[in-house]
Amino acid sequence: MELLIFYPLALASIILALFVVFNKSAIGSAVCLIGMMLGLAGVFILLQAHFLAILQVIVYAGAIMVLFMFVIMLLNLKDDDTKWKIRERNVWLSSAAGVLMVGVLYKFMDATADAEFNSPATVPENFGTAELVGTSLFTDFVLPFEVASILLLAAMVGAVVLAKSKVD
Amino acid sequence: MVPLSHYLILSATLFSIGVLGVLIRRNAIVVFMCVEIMLNAVNISLIAFDRYMNQHDGQIFSFMVMCVAAAEVSVGLAIVIALFRNKATVNLDEINLMKW
Repeated sequence: MELLIFYPLALASIILALFVVFNKSAIGSAVCLIGMMLGLAGVFILLQAHFLAILQVIVYAGAIMVLFMFVIMLLNLKDDDTKWKIRERNVWLSSAAGVLMVGVLYKFMDATADAEFNSPATVPENFGTAELVGTSLFTDFVLPFEVASILLLAAMVGAVVLAKSKVD
Repeated sequence: MVPLSHYLILSATLFSIGVLGVLIRRNAIVVFMCVEIMLNAVNISLIAFDRYMNQHDGQIFSFMVMCVAAAEVSVGLAIVIALFRNKATVNLDEINLMKW
């Protein structure tokens, strides 16, 4: 039953990710990326990570993609659609990376096909809720949490400084 | 129940697509989007292992990945805007100010 939900979600995510790469216009790529993020939020719900699914929708599909949209519309790249071209210099590098990735995929399938993880652990009823994740975040991981807040503050200051002044 | 390998294959496929995009696209903004795809692919792996081992650490980790992604995007897009102000292009092949 869960497979029937998983396969369409996974297939849609992969197809939308390919559209992100092969779309001619940047705004089309951004719209496809929003669709992919929403599909992945569905996958997270399937994995009972409800809190992370909501965060995925709010932070990724909401905040980050709005930032992308703003910048794309601000820059107003008109002739970019017509000049889409693969970078010739990277063809060999891309082919090598593709071969490597196929190897990694094969290794994944080989290693996990008959692994012990195929029978998942039984999880408590409130697994992945904001309550449980938040308790873990504020007890065991309180230092990384504070470091993340400092990181976000530094990123905010950096973005303001970089976007405000003219680079010489 | 979906086997764990399915989630890992989905994750690896999305990661490969992200790497492909970073390598073949020249628009800096689309390259950023492909980096986002790669970060999302990692999140799938973390959360899937989490669910199958009944732990919470992976969800905390993917929470941190989201924080880093937000920080990276804000700074990166600010750099793109600053570059665009100087050179009026987001084509990565034409941005070679710091090369030699």
